[in-house]
Amino acid sequence: MFMKSKILQTIKILIIFILISFNLKNIAIALTFPEEQTINITKNLRCLICQGQTIHESNSDFAESMKKYIKGELENGKTDEEIFSSLVEKYGQWIVYDPGISRNTLLLWALPLLLFLVGGAIIGKRILKKI
Amino acid sequence: MQFLEKTRKSIFSLIILVLLISSFFIFKFALQKEKIYSPNITDNQIFTDFEVIDLIEEKKINFDKVLFGKNFYLINIWSSWCEPCKDESEYLLELKNDTSIMMIGINYKDKKINALNFLKLYGDPFDQIFIDKQGTVSINFGAYGVPETLLINEDNKVLKKYIGPLNDGDVYEIKNITNN
Amino acid sequence: MIISQLGYYSLIFGLLTSILIFFNSSIQIKKNNSVISNKTTGLIGFQFFFVIISFISLIYSFIISDFSNETVYNNSHTTKPLFYKITGTWGNHEGSLLLWLLVLTGVLLGFIFKSKNEPNNYRQLTILFHQIIVIGFFVFILKTSNPFNEIFPVATEGLGLNPILQDPALGIHPPILYLGYVGTSIIFSAALASMICSHVNKSWAKEIKFWILFSWFFLTGGILLGSIWAYYELGWGGFWFWDPVENVSLMPWLSLTALLHCVVTLEKRELFKNWTIVLCIITFALSMAGTFLVRSGILNSVHTFANDPSRGIYILTFLLVLVLLSFVVFVIYENKNFVQKSEIFAWSKETSILINNWFILYFLSVVLIGTIYPIFLDVILDEQISVGPPFYNKLILPFLIPFVLFMSIGPSMKWIKTNIKIGVKSFFIIMVTLILSFVTIYYIGSKNIFLLLLFIGFFYLLLKSLDQLRQKTKNFAQIFSHTGFSLLLISILLNSFSSNEIIRNIQVGESFSLKNEKILFQKILVEKEKNYESIIGFFEILDEKNKIINLHPEIRIYNEPEMATSEASIKTSLFKDRFITINLIKDQNFFNVRYQHKPFMIWVWISTLIIMLGGLFAIFRKNKEVNI
Repeated sequence: MFMKSKILQTIKILIIFILISFNLKNIAIALTFPEEQTINITKNLRCLICQGQTIHESNSDFAESMKKYIKGELENGKTDEEIFSSLVEKYGQWIVYDPGISRNTLLLWALPLLLFLVGGAIIGKRILKKI
Repeated sequence: MQFLEKTRKSIFSLIILVLLISSFFIFKFALQKEKIYSPNITDNQIFTDFEVIDLIEEKKINFDKVLFGKNFYLINIWSSWCEPCKDESEYLLELKNDTSIMMIGINYKDKKINALNFLKLYGDPFDQIFIDKQGTVSINFGAYGVPETLLINEDNKVLKKYIGPLNDGDVYEIKNITNN
Repeated sequence: MIISQLGYYSLIFGLLTSILIFFNSSIQIKKNNSVISNKTTGLIGFQFFFVIISFISLIYSFIISDFSNETVYNNSHTTKPLFYKITGTWGNHEGSLLLWLLVLTGVLLGFIFKSKNEPNNYRQLTILFHQIIVIGFFVFILKTSNPFNEIFPVATEGLGLNPILQDPALGIHPPILYLGYVGTSIIFSAALASMICSHVNKSWAKEIKFWILFSWFFLTGGILLGSIWAYYELGWGGFWFWDPVENVSLMPWLSLTALLHCVVTLEKRELFKNWTIVLCIITFALSMAGTFLVRSGILNSVHTFANDPSRGIYILTFLLVLVLLSFVVFVIYENKNFVQKSEIFAWSKETSILINNWFILYFLSVVLIGTIYPIFLDVILDEQISVGPPFYNKLILPFLIPFVLFMSIGPSMKWIKTNIKIGVKSFFIIMVTLILSFVTIYYIGSKNIFLLLLFIGFFYLLLKSLDQLRQKTKNFAQIFSHTGFSLLLISILLNSFSSNEIIRNIQVGESFSLKNEKILFQKILVEKEKNYESIIGFFEILDEKNKIINLHPEIRIYNEPEMATSEASIKTSLFKDRFITINLIKDQNFFNVRYQHKPFMIWVWISTLIIMLGGLFAIFRKNKEVNI
């Protein structure tokens, strides 16, 4: 049973490698349209006057203005990072949904992963002890 | 071996106990904390390099050029459809008498006729008024909606930010700053 | 007036009964009297009866719009339809707590009847622990959230119910969800009791599994209803937001799911005793923490009713007391249940269940940390951050691939030891998996390797689960749940990666297009209803086959309280939902129109129903051998 899954995984990994080698060029020329780019940015912004909605989802005045503002900034040639950092400066880190990795959020990211490793260690010890 | 096991167990229990009790106190503090969110943006420079359109003459001008010649600038975001804006107009008129302040109005998502009628009815406290048809100008100031008021100094530093209509206390506070 | 009084005094009598039961049970335990007398059963019946009376009184006060009652005044209005008057009973803080109490006392009564074959000292102790929770909630309600407060002078009209809560799905969402939430309380009481009585064994596992399945079934249903509501009512076509309030219902669900798998091992092999007890405690603590987080107003959300800190502090303190109590019980009695460590072979069902628990608890920790970290950061460093979908996606999605692979092979593992066989069949399944995944990836036009990997994992799980239908001893509970789960993952993935949308500000008569479809804004109609005025937009959609679809999104302007809501119009088909909403734009003649394609939406609901069906099978197959 387990052998089966091992073989299975090997096959999968092989196929993925083949795929990657074929697809490299296409991935490199990934095009993003401004409209899509606006959506990607607004999906990551909190509508500050709403309750738990992103700017993208909200129809509030604030969200509508923000969408136009971001579209304008993109047309002015600003990059995503520039837009995010200028908004964070104005509205605080609270506006961005992606907490990112910083001094403040290091634990946020590390803690679950650490727990995963600890859990794995405990289970591994329990099973492998008797082999 | 047994002793080791026991010590390990009690250390583990102690850690969990400490975690539980400290979480309790953190939640307790969180409950008593002010829930209204306002970012700490005072002392930030505001961004001024963008174009605005004058309400009356409908001429384009860079906002950087507007901020010139006074010690303080009061930026008030308002609209004719905004009810609290009506209440706050008397306070704005009061602040107009302070010669060290330039009063700048940002007319938020409004129609020109309605805006002019509003000023006729409630008085015009502004030295200059600019149009913010789409609400994007207000975002440059880090605003949420109407009414909102910013007090900035000659270095474009935000001294005060008021979300919602101004009141007696706010006017007093602003006057205190400008008179010193 | 009198009805309110009746409700109030019923609550007081209920509290008195609880205290009586509590002392009665303690005396019986001290006397080592192992028989549960009719008196005890009768008292528990009475307790439930008093809460029901109180609950019915509140419903009645809502129906007759008795505005001398503060809760009714704050949350109801005479022009509301009868159905929403009734559902308004639990659509507020006080009423929802009364509902909580109703379920809390109800499950204890159910437990008494269901556990007749269990040792009596264990049952007696369960009653004792449960009464601690019951008394805690009685006091909480009477002290901080009395639903029968009177106001004088009596108003002629109430303040009304938040319009977005006036919805059929949301009307039944709280009762269903609460059956799940509060069902975990009996698991908690029974776990502590069984620990003290050294009764953590096969027979206990069999007994408690019913309550685990019960809670799990209703919690799943409650979450489903909440998501459906969010999908059509919040107006932008999403159904899961990683909003703290949703996370709070997901956390007990995750730990219940882990517990469900774990308790089967206890039942079959008498393994993982302590771990099962820990999970029981965690599950209830998470349900309570959920109540705390939602009700205290510590999170800003649509669900927050109250912002009174004293309520939050009460629940928080109570929660701490319960957790500390269970902690002490656990530390003292832990060794009593330790027999000897049985051997676990690497390739066995035991291992696969351990791995299942390992991943599920990891997911749980992601959700838990993501939800409370901002609160902690705010208190400790005074910095506000948002933890949104990007965080959860990044930490959960990559781990889903190994998780579903283990989930695929787990069910075919045998207890104790598994012999490894590879046949033609497994090769066939892998080939079909790969073909399906590539076709899907091609269909949605993606070149993302990670997405492909996800699809491969999900399809493999689907096929492996379906493959079990060919086995001689079919376990329908597990087949349904696992099939449903894989379908759910596939539909969510398809839905989020191939949704399309367009937003336009247009006037009546104008049209726009999305992906070979033409959308025409024909006209608007204004209608007056009993408690709102509605602006209905008429849209005609010409799809790629030139078929006409009509959609009628609405803007409702409610009068009490005054508030505008946007009602989506949705046309569901097997492969995609067409979803349209309109909004007014200030001071302009335009409407903001948002039109979306939401592929495989209906499959998200159907697959969740299939998962629940699996739970039902497990509940009603209790006499036969059940594997998970």
